[in-house]
Amino acid sequence: MTDVKIKAKDVQVYYGDTHAIKDVSVEIENNTVTAFIGPSGCGKSTFLRCLNRMNDTIDICRVQGDIRIDGEDIYDKRVDPVQLRAKVGMVFQKPNPFPKSIYDNIAYGPRIHGMARNKAELDDIVERALRRGAIWDEVKDRLQAPGTGLSGGQQQRLCIARAVATEPEVLLMDEPCSALDPIATAQVEELIDELRQNYAVVIVTHSMQQAARVSQKTAFFHLGNLVEYDDTSKIFTNPEDSRTESYITGRIG
Amino acid sequence: MPLLWLFLLILAIAAGAFVIARMRVMAMSGQDRRSLHSLPNYYGSNAAMKSAIPALLVLVVWLIAQPFYVNTVVSGMIPDDAIAQSSSRGLVLAEVRRAADGMDLAIATGNMTEDEARNTDADVADVTERLSTAGAIITSELTQPILRAAQQFRVLNSTGYQIMTIVVLLIAIAGGAWAVRETQPKFRARNVVEQGVRVLLIAAASIAILTTLGIVLSLVFNTIEFFRLYPAADFFFGTSWAPSFSGRGGASDLGILPLLWGTFYISIVALIVAVPVGLFSAIYLSEYASPKVRAFAKPMLEVLAGIPTIVYGLFALLTVGPLLVSVFGDDGLGWMQAGTAVMTAGLVMGIMLIPFVSSLSDDIINAVPQAMRDGSYGLGATQSETIRQVVLPAALPGIVGAILLAASRAIGETMIVVLGAGAAARLSLNPFDAMTTVTAKIVSQLTGDSDFASPEALVAFALGMTLFVITLGLNIFALYIVRKYREQYE
Amino acid sequence: MTDASMDSAPIKGSLIQVDARTKKRNAAEKRFKAYGLVAILIGLFFLVVLAVSILRSGIPAFTQAEMTLEFTLTQEEFDAAESQVLKTKAYEGIFIAKLQDALTEKGLTVAFDAAAIERLLGKPGSTIREFYRANPDQIGTPVTFSLPASSRVDGYFKGRVSRDTVVDSRFFEASDLDLVDALADAGIIVRNFNWNFITGSDSGVDNPGGAGIGVSVIGSFFMMLVVLALSLPIGVAASIYLEEFAPQNWFTDLIEVNISNLAAVPSIVFGILGLAVFIQFMHLPQSAPLVGGLVLTLMTLPTIIISTRASLKAVPPSIREAALGVGASKMQTVFHHVLPLAAPGILTGTIIGLAQALGETAPLLLIGMVGFIARAYPEGVVSGFIDPNSAMPAQIYTWAARADAGFYEKAWGGIIILLIFLLTMNIIAIILRRRFERRW
Repeated sequence: MTDVKIKAKDVQVYYGDTHAIKDVSVEIENNTVTAFIGPSGCGKSTFLRCLNRMNDTIDICRVQGDIRIDGEDIYDKRVDPVQLRAKVGMVFQKPNPFPKSIYDNIAYGPRIHGMARNKAELDDIVERALRRGAIWDEVKDRLQAPGTGLSGGQQQRLCIARAVATEPEVLLMDEPCSALDPIATAQVEELIDELRQNYAVVIVTHSMQQAARVSQKTAFFHLGNLVEYDDTSKIFTNPEDSRTESYITGRIG
Repeated sequence: MPLLWLFLLILAIAAGAFVIARMRVMAMSGQDRRSLHSLPNYYGSNAAMKSAIPALLVLVVWLIAQPFYVNTVVSGMIPDDAIAQSSSRGLVLAEVRRAADGMDLAIATGNMTEDEARNTDADVADVTERLSTAGAIITSELTQPILRAAQQFRVLNSTGYQIMTIVVLLIAIAGGAWAVRETQPKFRARNVVEQGVRVLLIAAASIAILTTLGIVLSLVFNTIEFFRLYPAADFFFGTSWAPSFSGRGGASDLGILPLLWGTFYISIVALIVAVPVGLFSAIYLSEYASPKVRAFAKPMLEVLAGIPTIVYGLFALLTVGPLLVSVFGDDGLGWMQAGTAVMTAGLVMGIMLIPFVSSLSDDIINAVPQAMRDGSYGLGATQSETIRQVVLPAALPGIVGAILLAASRAIGETMIVVLGAGAAARLSLNPFDAMTTVTAKIVSQLTGDSDFASPEALVAFALGMTLFVITLGLNIFALYIVRKYREQYE
Repeated sequence: MTDASMDSAPIKGSLIQVDARTKKRNAAEKRFKAYGLVAILIGLFFLVVLAVSILRSGIPAFTQAEMTLEFTLTQEEFDAAESQVLKTKAYEGIFIAKLQDALTEKGLTVAFDAAAIERLLGKPGSTIREFYRANPDQIGTPVTFSLPASSRVDGYFKGRVSRDTVVDSRFFEASDLDLVDALADAGIIVRNFNWNFITGSDSGVDNPGGAGIGVSVIGSFFMMLVVLALSLPIGVAASIYLEEFAPQNWFTDLIEVNISNLAAVPSIVFGILGLAVFIQFMHLPQSAPLVGGLVLTLMTLPTIIISTRASLKAVPPSIREAALGVGASKMQTVFHHVLPLAAPGILTGTIIGLAQALGETAPLLLIGMVGFIARAYPEGVVSGFIDPNSAMPAQIYTWAARADAGFYEKAWGGIIILLIFLLTMNIIAIILRRRFERRW
């Protein structure tokens, strides 16, 4: 069965005077990879950042509408964004390992959330996260080496491992492969497919092929509007909206 | 003042050369500027440049070299036995200069004629009398060799200046004439002028090197001179600072350790005040403050950096010192004897350094990429966790660099310690004791009518050398760290 | 099926209920933020304390208790006094008699002797004698004398000295305060605006009342002229070379390293340089604004070069390319296009550099601009550069180092004047920047 993890209704986002997201309503399901596609500046990344309230860190950004995770309004005054982000992890466009050791990069989240009672448990969490990030074999011998010393693809997998270490329920990925070469991209895509077993994964991507390869559901954004949202196979073979078709066939974008 | 006139005269000659060269090239081209290689003004500038610059260069060199020559000649006129036991050749030469100046003054006030001043048979007592009526400062009665030397000094100087005037003017005219002669339409005047300007630009940029060279040479020579009079080991490892002043007799103790200790102690107190306050201010301003608060608080803090150090010195001496005494002095806790103390100077210096630490740290914290912060927020870290565990560790090298720069400032600071730290050199752990620093002692050893031959005065140069080496080392190290840090995120 | 039943159940607990650990972390967050705020407040607090102590201690320097007495000296009195052996004593006698007259006229009777007057006014006789010797035509006409009161009387008016704290000495006795009160009631001793402080010259070590900062303002002015005349052209030329022409080689690197290090060399070291090179080596006159200006020029150059280079760098390369594209030489491009566009920035940097130089004290101590009494205005433009003079900060230091507490007030007052100059310069710089700042 597919159950709904995140339900967004009539979401509006304003950057100062700019109306960046208009009336977006979408339901994101558990154990599914949902891809957001669309031309640059269409609002897909902005919308993604609404889902774990990363937009709070930008002063001029205002969000209206209703976004619920497990039925709870995440913009409720009582919700602490810190707790929310522990539940909704995020991987960014550019790999951004902290200038610390590989071990400390992974252990950072569990430490601040108090997930381990002792060193052994923490070691365990780190190992599990690195295995889930499909990078354990490459770094197990140099856990104390700085995370910034890894290659671009390794860094991004480290960041994914870092995100899963806090055991989120949803994983947001903002163009996670845009800074990677094709081989690293393939590794990360493989990883995303595995992560689907445990999480609702939302991925913003520029590449339509990637969306077709990794996602089950696809949402097409254009100029701040959600144009079409359906099964990936349907979007890519038989889109209903003419704009979607134009984008898919490369006439706009 | 003839020098000013000479200078203006050179400029006038250069201006004349400019006009003549310009007219000549215009005449040769038949008033048709299209047939010229360069704009007519460039031909003029070429002539002006070639007339003024060599002349001015010779003028400057001559002005620097002439006193050397005159001093050597005059010094040779004074026999060794004319130098009194307590005096030195340097002091006698100063006396000669004063006598010569006195004669100039006497002539200016009409107490003496030029011929009388040059009269080698003049009576010493009579000259002394005339000089003192003219109001010249003569310490005692002149002696025969000093009077002769002074007369010779005047003669040499005035002939020297006459020759200089003639030579310099000739060079100016010759340079101008040569440039006018080479002026013709095909002459590439613009290229020559631009080459000349380029040389001037390089010369201006080289002043930085010359300044450093000047600092190093003046420190090194005087320090060597000092070590000739006073053993270097005693200076570097001596634990007692007790200079004897002329008249009191006895040998001086000139150990640098108590001064270094005072310097470091005060700097440490200053850093203990400035680093937490400055760092937390920077964190608040860059991470928490709303744009409005930032726009107000940042310039306000920077006002503290724009206040001259003499103001802080006075603040230490007259406000902070008495305040501390009223709390820690005999009426209070009884730890403090007087207002001037390590604590007073350190506290005030700390206040001075707050904006220094905060604006440097602010820059460095802002250089940490936003992606780093996003990564941490994305994991559910609070802002303070992000700052403490991600931003600060990432910025650490830069902040260390900033603190080292602040430390170098503290070590080199003068006015606050001169006024606020006290004058007694001592090795003590009590921060409420008066101590003194390297900079304060440089000031006290070099102010007043000092003759630079005594170890008590020369020690200041050795202190300056030590100070220069320490601060230079700190600066180079700190700038290196900061640069490395910047490169990491570029 | 309702919406609610379709949602999956929360695994990690509700978002609405903030768990204990998050509460704790949020408390830590608040504490951390508070530390930052406290740090800022500490900084601002120090600024306020500094400002208050400057104003509170410095403003009294702008007033001075003065004894004003109008009287007429007849030719006979003048001749009689001049024929005495102790001439100033004779004038003092005349002064006391006239003062006695003025008091009785106002209906006040206070007993005082010559010693008391000397404690209050110093030596009024010599001031009066000098006046009449210089202006013999004033004999026989009424003249108003304003004589500055002694530092203790002045302090009594300003609250520095009170009846409880006054200690009898040869300088002052508690009983003198009765006389002062009486004279104040009679309107003979009044607190006037102290023009002499702003325009006057330094006084002797025992006369804080007469000290003024005017001469040292002139000294500072001449110094700043030297700094401006040298550091602006040299600084701009050096910056143009480094920014526009310098090739990438060891020589350029050497210059760059030197500039960045000179910017951080302690100012006292520049004082040593000035002493050794300009005074010892070149035999330039001690205590002269010319030498002070040279030293401060060397000190300010790095600042000016750094800010000038920043303004040159801010001119976009497209301007240079446009000029080069129409066939201008590199030199013409720089002087016709880049430099005019960078001029406001250069000017702002220069003013800020000058302001920094104006407040600098330490190097001036070493080249002898303290420790003597700057009494005379320069006679001409040239002598203004080479005659011994003080400078504002050096004068303030001189006062701070004197024993008489009356000078402290002068030092604070001098600081107010110095800060007014600095503030004006900085405001001009800010206005220039606002007015001409260009965003590319």
